[in-house]
Amino acid sequence: MKPLNEIIQECKQLSFDLNFTRAKNWKDEKKGRVIVGYMPIYFPREIIHAAGGLPVGIFGGGDRKQIIKGDAYYQSYICHIPRSIMELALDKHMDHFDGFIFPSICDVIRNLSGMFKQLNIGKFVKYMDFPQNFLPQIGGVFYQQEMQHVLKYIKEINGLDVTTEQLNHSIDLYNKNRQMIEFIYDIRQEFPWRLSIEDVYYIVRAGTVIPVEEHNAILEEVCSHIKQNIGIPQDKVKVVISGAFCEQPAMGLIKAIEEAGCYVVDDDYMLGSRMILGDIDAKTKNPLEAISNSYIFQSQYSSSIYDVHNPKEYRLAKIVKNRGADGVIFASASFCDPSLLDAPIFQNAFNKLGIRYIAFQYSENINQYKVIKEQVGAFSDSIKLWEDEPVVAIK
Amino acid sequence: MSQEAQKEKSMILQKEMIEGLFNDLANAKETGKKVCYTFVPGNLSELIRTFDMLPVYPEINALQSAMRKKSAGYIKEAEKNAHSEDVCTYVKCDVGMMMKGNIGPTGQKIPEPDILLLSYTGCFTFLKWFETLKREYPNAKVIMVHTPYQENAVMTPEMTEYMVKQFKEEVIPQMEAVTGIKYDEAKLKRHLELSRQAEDLIAKIFDTTKNKPSPIDAYFAGVYYIGPINIGFRGTQKAVDYYKELYSEILERIRLGLGPITPEGEMKEEKYRLVVEGPPNWTSFREFWKIFYDMGAVIVASSYTKVGGVYDLGWRHDPERPLEALAEYCMNCYTNLNIPQRIDLLSKCITEYSADGYVTNSIKSCNSFSAGQLGMMREIEDRLEVPVGFIESDLVDPRYFSYSNIKNRLESYFQMLEQRKMIKEEEKV
Repeated sequence: MKPLNEIIQECKQLSFDLNFTRAKNWKDEKKGRVIVGYMPIYFPREIIHAAGGLPVGIFGGGDRKQIIKGDAYYQSYICHIPRSIMELALDKHMDHFDGFIFPSICDVIRNLSGMFKQLNIGKFVKYMDFPQNFLPQIGGVFYQQEMQHVLKYIKEINGLDVTTEQLNHSIDLYNKNRQMIEFIYDIRQEFPWRLSIEDVYYIVRAGTVIPVEEHNAILEEVCSHIKQNIGIPQDKVKVVISGAFCEQPAMGLIKAIEEAGCYVVDDDYMLGSRMILGDIDAKTKNPLEAISNSYIFQSQYSSSIYDVHNPKEYRLAKIVKNRGADGVIFASASFCDPSLLDAPIFQNAFNKLGIRYIAFQYSENINQYKVIKEQVGAFSDSIKLWEDEPVVAIK
Repeated sequence: MSQEAQKEKSMILQKEMIEGLFNDLANAKETGKKVCYTFVPGNLSELIRTFDMLPVYPEINALQSAMRKKSAGYIKEAEKNAHSEDVCTYVKCDVGMMMKGNIGPTGQKIPEPDILLLSYTGCFTFLKWFETLKREYPNAKVIMVHTPYQENAVMTPEMTEYMVKQFKEEVIPQMEAVTGIKYDEAKLKRHLELSRQAEDLIAKIFDTTKNKPSPIDAYFAGVYYIGPINIGFRGTQKAVDYYKELYSEILERIRLGLGPITPEGEMKEEKYRLVVEGPPNWTSFREFWKIFYDMGAVIVASSYTKVGGVYDLGWRHDPERPLEALAEYCMNCYTNLNIPQRIDLLSKCITEYSADGYVTNSIKSCNSFSAGQLGMMREIEDRLEVPVGFIESDLVDPRYFSYSNIKNRLESYFQMLEQRKMIKEEEKV
């Protein structure tokens, strides 16, 4: 078993390789392999895997890519991620990708799919219209049709027909992947000092750019390490991060939150990798229906999914309670409509529920964290000062 | 600016229609009419009327509040309540108006919704908007209609079927439950037939800009022309009568060789013909318009007037396929078109209406329109070699309308158009 530090360094390397080298090498290893890039938040990677493809998460250039061309496509008041994705595409970082999938998350990502089409980037561009109707016979059927379209695109490239067995096998692999990621979060809930949120982030994000088999092997090793009593506990409060599900904060900011006195015991940074709660049926005759049902019945809350039947504020409050968190940090990317439009809903509810929170905005290339660090530090101190007061007043 | 706007018969008709609607809304409790809040793009007017409901369009209230200089206060109120500075100002204006008593543009109280009909055609913010309203109006029934995006520039049978199933299994049964009225397809068909007639007239009206001079301004005046169909009158005889009257007035202008009517009277000389992309600014609507007509610029087509439905390309509500027609209508609204479709549509307008230029009014808080506009502009410039202009403002937040910046930019743009005209004339010689 590799030392934990070594695994984390490898994951760090993979996570921020803007040339997606591992994916490129994987493709070169065997003829007929395809790479399909997908944008945040969530995409059922199982179907790409089953079709002989490698799904690769595209989360922008972060603070590692200077934006020049991308700014010519987006006004200053539009979030940062589309311009950095454009920059990556126009600078040919993704030339080995065969297709691109833009899941329905917001108007910006939707229109970005049109820009990719207009510029003929990739062999196919698919806007993945996730259903907002949650009846299996209506929204579920539509979702299955959307997945079929993706499979058709891939077949046009590699000529492969996907079998039920292959789909079930892929579902099984991703079930294991999610189980192990959740295990890491569960361990951190009790022993957050065993692995920092920075390390968790590298480990989970690496899984978006390499084959799931390789990621599962990494996760197994990580899980073995953190079962051990490692690390030294520190006097920090426990918080949940919410709102950072698409454009990712710079690593410096992710680190700064824990350095300022908080253990992050849950977050939505890599929401797509944790979107489905629990396993998807991997022994079914209709795997696409199983994937569809998992989206309809087992999805985590998201600012991009209409929530009237299951209000998101109570779902987040439940996470806070279950994780034993002392408060919530709402971290939204600047100009992120879904996250910012949810802010009043969360904050009004949390005022009533007695859940402590702070809120700030960031962009992926921000490199000055002093103000945010002070804000988080003050938040942490305030919780410690009044730690005897009940924080969560929900049942 | 000090002059009173000229009023033609069609304008008076429209004023009466709007006043009538707000009177009906104010008396909804007494008359027992159910109230349905919904949005302009993808509005199901005919279905709402089939169930004898009264429509409320929050974004129309917001823009009217802006024109009456009330939006700044409403937005401030919403921002005090955790609404970000950077999100859709229609939402904040609406929320602020609600917090201040929900007094509508005519000074009458707008009743609470019985139904929040959430068709978020082409705009995710609509979805978030009604999530917010649902928490303010817990007794209202939310009916969600998911309109698939035209990602491949087509409306496929499966997309239509998905929507029709939503109508049959979700929308109609819930409307029946709230109103106590049984769905009457024959009644819906009658409304759809009237819609088709109105749409024929609308297409003809906006096509009159082929004339030189153009008898209408298809943006600044265009937003008034689309008023009746965008505030719930599509599918009514009143709308058909309005558009007949408007069309005859325009035909008369063509016969007399007249240009568009502006708030300061008739435009005397048409110097530039433009196509405009993006919604207008509503807080300084008159000043904004004035910059254009003072320079002799007339807008011969605009994307904004297609936000409540695209009729240029021949699509009409078909009474014989009522639910399919409603589905196709929703999918065919401008912001539900993908970026290449938008480029093609605007290019067609530039060519067919002999436009001299293309101007984007980029709205700070409307990503449905704004995200992608710069790329569209580059493509249109390359494809048609037409001079492009770019300005920035906002929908209903007066903080983001900078008169001098916009005027400076447009003046430079018009100078460019003028020079280009001179060069072209020299080339002819």
